[in-house]
Amino acid sequence: MRLHELPDDVFVLGAHAADWRSAVRIAGEALVAGGVTTDAYAERMVQVVEEFGAYIVIAPGLALAHARPGPDVLHDGLAVVTLDEPVVFGHPHNDPVEVVLALAVTSNEGHVTVLAELANVFNDSTATTAIAHATTVGAVRAVLDRVQPDV
Amino acid sequence: MKIIAFCGAGIGTSAILKVNAERALARLGIEADIEATDIAGFAVAAEDAQVILASPELVKFIGKTYADVVVIENYFDLDELTRKLEIALG
Repeated sequence: MRLHELPDDVFVLGAHAADWRSAVRIAGEALVAGGVTTDAYAERMVQVVEEFGAYIVIAPGLALAHARPGPDVLHDGLAVVTLDEPVVFGHPHNDPVEVVLALAVTSNEGHVTVLAELANVFNDSTATTAIAHATTVGAVRAVLDRVQPDV
Repeated sequence: MKIIAFCGAGIGTSAILKVNAERALARLGIEADIEATDIAGFAVAAEDAQVILASPELVKFIGKTYADVVVIENYFDLDELTRKLEIALG
């Protein structure tokens, strides 16, 4: 999986979420729309946060929702959701969240390339805001494709 | 030298932390093994680790350890990672 290969179906822009659970479920629906997972995966992503806290908010304004590999993951994939209003997840430093990424993988190995790509994108601290304010999928892709040298 | 990148599910966030910690170590010119692990694998992985990297939310899941526990707020901020790793390893 590479970022430039993501289908349009996994991008949801300007979604409204009443709370963090709703935001994670919207990202789960995007994974289903992209054929990445079945419905059950969204609830497992919610459970990870219920169990371990809001550590998935890994940078200001940015959450990386995920759960362990499981039968509900059809293939490796990523969804990108932007929220019309930022949502509080309960992280001590990085709230509120305006961009939710949802990652699903079939095994613990093999997804390193896309994570290195994500690191390339978000090492630039302006990337989250640029994605949050994008009004078209093309504009989001432009940010994701900004820097992808030799991953 | 062994460093643990710790996460709830062992995929995703710990792998990002590992990638960026490796970039920070390269800046510092320090060689180390960085292992991404989840809570299930943590006890074994952390036995011989010098440093544990974790989010503020996850620190409470780390039991007794002789390793330095380094709390990382922004997993993508290479300046934060470099600064904190330099202190922990210095």
